[in-house]
Amino acid sequence: MNQIKAQEHLVIIGNGIAGVTLAQRVRQRSDCRITIVSAESQLHFSRTALMYVYMGHMRFQDIVPYADWYWQEQKIELVHDYVERVETSDKKLVLREGPPLHYDKLVLATGSSAAYYDWPGQTLKGVQGLVSLQDLELMEANTAGIQQAVIIGGGLIGVEMAEMLRSRGIAVTMLIRDKLYWHNVLPEEEARLVTDHIRQHGIELLLQEELQEILADDAGRVRAIHTRSGKELPCQFVGITTGVKPNVEFLKGAGIEIEKGILVNEFFETSQPDVYALSDCAQFRNPAPGQPMMEQLWYTARLHAEALASTLLGDRKPYQRGPWFNSAKFFDIEYQTYGFVPARFTEQQESLYWQNEEATKAIRLLYDKKTAKLLGINLLGVRYRHDLCHHWLQQGYTLHDVMQELPAVNFDPEFFQRYEEELLSQYYTRFPDRQPPVKHSNWWELRKRFGLFSDSTSC
Amino acid sequence: MPTAVISPTATTPPTTSQNVVKMVGLVLISIGLLGILVAAVGADYLSPVFTGLGGTAVFTVGALLYIWQSRRRKSPAEQNHGLWQQEATSRGASAWVIGFVLTGFYVLLYWFPDTLQGLIQAMEPLSQWLRNRPSDQWFLYGTFYTLAVLIMGVYALLKYRNSRYHIIRTISVMFFQLGFAFLLPGLLLMLNQPEYYFSYFWPLKYDYLFPSTIEYLVRDGAALGVFMIFWGAVFSFLATPVLTYFYGKRWYCSWVCGCGGLAETAGDPYRHLSDKSRKAWRWEVAIIYPILGFVILTTLFLWVNSWSEGRLLGDLSGGFAQTYGFFIGAMFSGVIGVGFYPLMGNRVWCRFGCPMAAYLGLLQKYFSRFRITTNGGQCISCGNCSTYCEMGIDVRWYAQQGEPIIRAACVGCGICAHVCPRGVLKLENGPREGRYAGTPLISRDELRILD
Repeated sequence: MNQIKAQEHLVIIGNGIAGVTLAQRVRQRSDCRITIVSAESQLHFSRTALMYVYMGHMRFQDIVPYADWYWQEQKIELVHDYVERVETSDKKLVLREGPPLHYDKLVLATGSSAAYYDWPGQTLKGVQGLVSLQDLELMEANTAGIQQAVIIGGGLIGVEMAEMLRSRGIAVTMLIRDKLYWHNVLPEEEARLVTDHIRQHGIELLLQEELQEILADDAGRVRAIHTRSGKELPCQFVGITTGVKPNVEFLKGAGIEIEKGILVNEFFETSQPDVYALSDCAQFRNPAPGQPMMEQLWYTARLHAEALASTLLGDRKPYQRGPWFNSAKFFDIEYQTYGFVPARFTEQQESLYWQNEEATKAIRLLYDKKTAKLLGINLLGVRYRHDLCHHWLQQGYTLHDVMQELPAVNFDPEFFQRYEEELLSQYYTRFPDRQPPVKHSNWWELRKRFGLFSDSTSC
Repeated sequence: MPTAVISPTATTPPTTSQNVVKMVGLVLISIGLLGILVAAVGADYLSPVFTGLGGTAVFTVGALLYIWQSRRRKSPAEQNHGLWQQEATSRGASAWVIGFVLTGFYVLLYWFPDTLQGLIQAMEPLSQWLRNRPSDQWFLYGTFYTLAVLIMGVYALLKYRNSRYHIIRTISVMFFQLGFAFLLPGLLLMLNQPEYYFSYFWPLKYDYLFPSTIEYLVRDGAALGVFMIFWGAVFSFLATPVLTYFYGKRWYCSWVCGCGGLAETAGDPYRHLSDKSRKAWRWEVAIIYPILGFVILTTLFLWVNSWSEGRLLGDLSGGFAQTYGFFIGAMFSGVIGVGFYPLMGNRVWCRFGCPMAAYLGLLQKYFSRFRITTNGGQCISCGNCSTYCEMGIDVRWYAQQGEPIIRAACVGCGICAHVCPRGVLKLENGPREGRYAGTPLISRDELRILD
């Protein structure tokens, strides 16, 4: 039996979006006692917004989505403490400061931290990743008054760090293993567009380059790095953004099976009864074909939590993610993706691709050559409606079906130029025998027709 | 139209020539301010027209140079860098000084206008040219106010240059302030017609539907006066509900209104200072609706009084009108509304005090097609939307649950959608059916902030 009873105690370790969403969803339908333990911060905050605190757009209290009163009214207890170890035999957590905590059900949502790859000098002062609140505080200290920084890795945290450092006028060089920025995810055109944009913002990009070692000054601070190709770059700060690894060290000896992350099945159950794990710290034992072993995004954290909450509330359903989506921002350019657009296409895949002359906006619709089935959408500098894109992918729309509804999908602000015409004209050139739709689709009609909204009437 | 194109110099350190332009701007701003000061206190020694009007012109040029250089150098995503770190925009010492100076100016303007004689004289040629009559403290105020909207309008245009919505909206508030709230009323006076602001309506311009105003307009304005009354009444009772039904409150508050115009331009650097707490929302509801009620009651009393020729209510209604004029018209909208910009944000008056905003808000909440849509499950709870909401709405509360934002307070400025790093929000007008329904892609919390 998974269902949690009213007199039972649900303890969640980690107050990131996964832990907090789980607590909220369980509280909606259960009176059980809920406690969230976090060593990182008293209140849940938006991890993705840490960069805006550094850049002065917001203060830390502004990235806290729920004030104190919310947790009190929801009767969710918050414990700001570090869990030294988990004793599964007694169902007990040993805390660093406070008394031990008994649990009936335990959820591990401990997240992840920057992954290091045994570079010489990686423990020097001025070398760090950026995941936690403590990382942000460290970065404030590490970058005070410095001139030059080097960032290792060409991913999303890397470009965030670059933007942060540039806001303080620090010269930034990024070492990127691929031949273009984020080219392990973005196809060539998109990757090139973003790469150029990052360069326009004054970031020096060293492509197809990796870190060899980090060099120290007399005080044990970083003074330079050596690259694989033998360059020496002077710098006072090294940002490590080559991925993250699950926070599971404190679980050693708890009898919970761990590989890279905490091993879970599709119900987020670990090898121990009444212990669950989700999000960044979890690893699927048997991921569905083509699906990743680990999902470490804000969005998937929320989806994991919603699925596990359902199980804990007695509605046991395996986790099924549904069509993929993600978003990011590269300086001025917003990025959205729906479905799956790989960096390199197979023989069977083809796409409609448009980008504007200034190379600040791009749209790609990827489809299967044979069946014309829509596979995924990449957007740069253009916003599409998530609900409708999800519907297309979920319902297995073909490119031809999509073209009928294309005008309804745009989510850009009013008065913005629309680019759907450009895509449509490409489409009719490629498929000359297709006829333009008689009537233009209207979002509000589609929304109603397909039921693309919740029935909720709360306000 | 401008897109997100950035000049190659976007983030490179400023070059010498850029620094020179900025420095020239600052020197001109300083000379201008000194000129204005001399006009205010030294009118006996130097012609206040030369120092005051000249100083204002020099100040304007300097401010435009400085704004142009400092805003253009930043790309759209960099515009809010350091806002919470610089003291001028984070309630630091200089913010307090600006707040005190502005507040003091309003106190002098309302209650000690004689102290501003030098500056009033400085505007004499402009007043004669535009209105064919002597300058007074309200003309001085109108000139400064319009200049503030225009100069800082340029600031807003540059800051939000990658958004067509904000470019058009900013031009709109600049146009209505300059044309409808400055030039046209002046022109009417020149033509010996009653001074009338076609962009202000009852209940914001509460006396426009007072019996005394109507009597005066009919007497002094004849046919035009009757048209003015007609215009005012039509806008208050017909055009306002209709336009708000189709577009929400924004058609007025962030496109036309002069108070809104100042808030969206000169007040823009302070928009993040509005209080987002639940307590502030409770204060808002507790203050703004009683004020609307007070205006309605006052107007009704005055009419009853006028019809009964004072027999029914005696001087009660007059007392009501005077009380309102002092506490709300002067104290609240002027002194606190603008004087406290650098401390409490740029929409204190609009949020807590304006009866027109209360009226529009009720229409927007219950009889409108307007909403801010949240894009599926894309919100990352970062808080930029809430932080930069000048009306103190916790936009994120709704966005992170995939719900549309439908709030009486929302003036539809659209900055939440602009600062959102994931493009999650969109202002739109759609069918009222299913207006409150959120995305099916997120399961949500049913808790409401206010009961």
